[in-house]
Amino acid sequence: MLRTWRQRITATDIVVWVIGLAIAVMVVYGSAKTLALGKYDAATWLDLTITGLALGGVYALIALGYTLVYGILRMINFAHSEVFMSGPYTATFMAYALISLGWWNKYPVLSLLIVMLVAAVVSSSIAVLLERIAYRPLRTAPRLVPLITAIGASFFLQYTFRGLYGSGLKGYPEMDIFKGFLMIAGIRVFKTQATAIIGAIVLMLILYAIVQKTKIGKAMRSVSEDKEVAALMGIDVDKTIATTFALGGAAAGLAGILYLLLFPVAHFYMGFFPGLKAFTAAVLGGIGNVPGAFLGAMLLGLLESVGPSLFLDGLGIPAAYQLKDAIAFTILVFILIFRPSGILGERLTQAKA
Amino acid sequence: MTKRLLVLLSVLLAVSMLLPACGPAPYECTDPIGCVTVAPGEPIHLAYAMVISGPDETLGIDSRNGLDVAVALKGKVLGHDIQLTGEDDGCSAEGGQAAGTKLAADPTIVAVFGTSCSSAARVAVPLMSQAGFVIISSSNTAPDLTEAGNPNNHPGYLRTAHNDKVQGAAAAKFAFEKMGVKKAATIHDGSLYAEKLQAVFADTFKQLGGTITTQEAVDPNATDFKSVLTSIAAGAPEFIYYPIFVKAGSLITRQAKEVPGLENVYLMGADGMFSPDVAEGAGEAVEGLFVSSPDTAAFTADYQSVFLPKYKELAGTDPISIFHAHAYDAMNMVIAAIEKVAVQDKDGTLHIPRQALRDAMYGTKDFPGLTGNLTCTPTGDCADPKIAVYEYHAGQYPPERIWP
Repeated sequence: MLRTWRQRITATDIVVWVIGLAIAVMVVYGSAKTLALGKYDAATWLDLTITGLALGGVYALIALGYTLVYGILRMINFAHSEVFMSGPYTATFMAYALISLGWWNKYPVLSLLIVMLVAAVVSSSIAVLLERIAYRPLRTAPRLVPLITAIGASFFLQYTFRGLYGSGLKGYPEMDIFKGFLMIAGIRVFKTQATAIIGAIVLMLILYAIVQKTKIGKAMRSVSEDKEVAALMGIDVDKTIATTFALGGAAAGLAGILYLLLFPVAHFYMGFFPGLKAFTAAVLGGIGNVPGAFLGAMLLGLLESVGPSLFLDGLGIPAAYQLKDAIAFTILVFILIFRPSGILGERLTQAKA
Repeated sequence: MTKRLLVLLSVLLAVSMLLPACGPAPYECTDPIGCVTVAPGEPIHLAYAMVISGPDETLGIDSRNGLDVAVALKGKVLGHDIQLTGEDDGCSAEGGQAAGTKLAADPTIVAVFGTSCSSAARVAVPLMSQAGFVIISSSNTAPDLTEAGNPNNHPGYLRTAHNDKVQGAAAAKFAFEKMGVKKAATIHDGSLYAEKLQAVFADTFKQLGGTITTQEAVDPNATDFKSVLTSIAAGAPEFIYYPIFVKAGSLITRQAKEVPGLENVYLMGADGMFSPDVAEGAGEAVEGLFVSSPDTAAFTADYQSVFLPKYKELAGTDPISIFHAHAYDAMNMVIAAIEKVAVQDKDGTLHIPRQALRDAMYGTKDFPGLTGNLTCTPTGDCADPKIAVYEYHAGQYPPERIWP
């Protein structure tokens, strides 16, 4: 027993475990020292947590697009970050049109619905077009080929929008109903953050219900299991894939509106970093898995927001927030060492292997 | 023997005196780092390396407009047109590397205007210095670029922008003396410019008797600054100084108002945030934001009467950033130096010795520019620095000058 166990361990395993252990020790030691220092009070930690959750909600909705497409095509849609940028950027101009009409603060709910509709429709159509033009002709090509077209499409979209709207910054107008904060059980939460968290959860549940409960969701799941058999069963594979892109695109567009509520500046490059983070979140949660994307995104948001203060302040590292991405990705490495298929990825990967 | 030699010498002397009369002697370049030859009818090739795309583009485009104005007002130089080409420095080390490599490969270039950003300068300047160019920046402000003995100081590099030793100290004085604050925090974005500037600010502020609560750093491409601001709020500063660039600067301005504990702190940026894009990006939150910047009120009268109308005619807008006048002065300094050192053949061919041109640039003394009387130090600081503080008001550009 012991011998077989010893034979199975390779040098790589040991190195990986040492790295994992080092990360764990650093995290625990740093956190303990920070808490002992007492530089931040409970309210500060709560503020950081809420900021992290709001950010995580946005990541979650973008991550959905990656996960849905991966689930069905086994392909990373790297142009998804531009799908995320296109809708909200266009919606910003709609918002200014609504302001000049005088509707923005007079009919805030209606205006918000219009802006959300514009964002969802634009993002969704771009996602569908992307699939039709850049991915469908290459569906039978080797796996790396659509990956390259995805990157090409990403640049194409970025610079198209730069050409359309210019390379400057466009401020997203604030709405009076989102100004100020709420007190929830004695905790101060900004209305924008509350909206982002609740909005992300609601949209997530709707999407999950679509995938699990509806007919089209059933079709999506069966295409993801086996395209050929699904086609034999009378499922229109092309249509199902297009629907998947449309759904992921709409989620990204709506995520963009939540993003603009939190960080109200639109520009042509705004998709890149959130897209990268959302992709990370999807991998962290187990790519191809919808609840996993949500969990991974929330975790990543929290790590980015709380991590630098918690882990590094106690170690006496100056300017900790400079390292927030390093921390988030270190923890990602840590989790992937022990769970290579992501937090919720295992069951699914085995089923599809 | 001696007699014969004497005869030979005198004959040689006579011949050599006659030679120029018979025909033009070919110009021989004796300059240690080479000469640029401009054939008759050909333009003098000058180049720029400035940030002309992306979120920080207003900084570079504005300076380039300043160069265009100078060229348009000057017309021909020694009978030659001026040709201005350029590369994008991207306001980053990577962009500087690309721009510097490309420009350094072109031996027809006499001088380069740039870079826009100090981070780009750090990698682009050594490349272009090797190529023998005169490099003159209108907006690099990081102190080490002109510090004697510093590895980032290279031969041939000069600037018409102020040194941040001046700007950072002015900002600290403004905070401590004018606003009466005792506790300040700083944020930089890891760029050479911002890091040095906040360091000078912090040092001066401490010398004046204030306390620095936190010195944080952020990623210039990030969008979420709420966490870092929340952690800064724990130190309860009364003043936050973040001398960074447009994109991150406007986001921080906006998010600071939403962080508990920071609702009433004073916010201040530097000249990199003197741009209409900041007013646009920060929205209503821009109200009350301070920026330090070259004092346009101290510019000469020509700025209003000659420069601005021409700028508007060529660019179609009012200035979109703050270093256009510095670029204009840089162009005129280079033209003056070329006129001083260039050797012109009868047929109009122009020879510009590179080292002599550099020496002429460093020797600039009391040059009447728009930004003041410019005298260059041996390491290339040519500015006549006058810094003022401006305050933004929502829906209004340019910001209002409030100090000194």
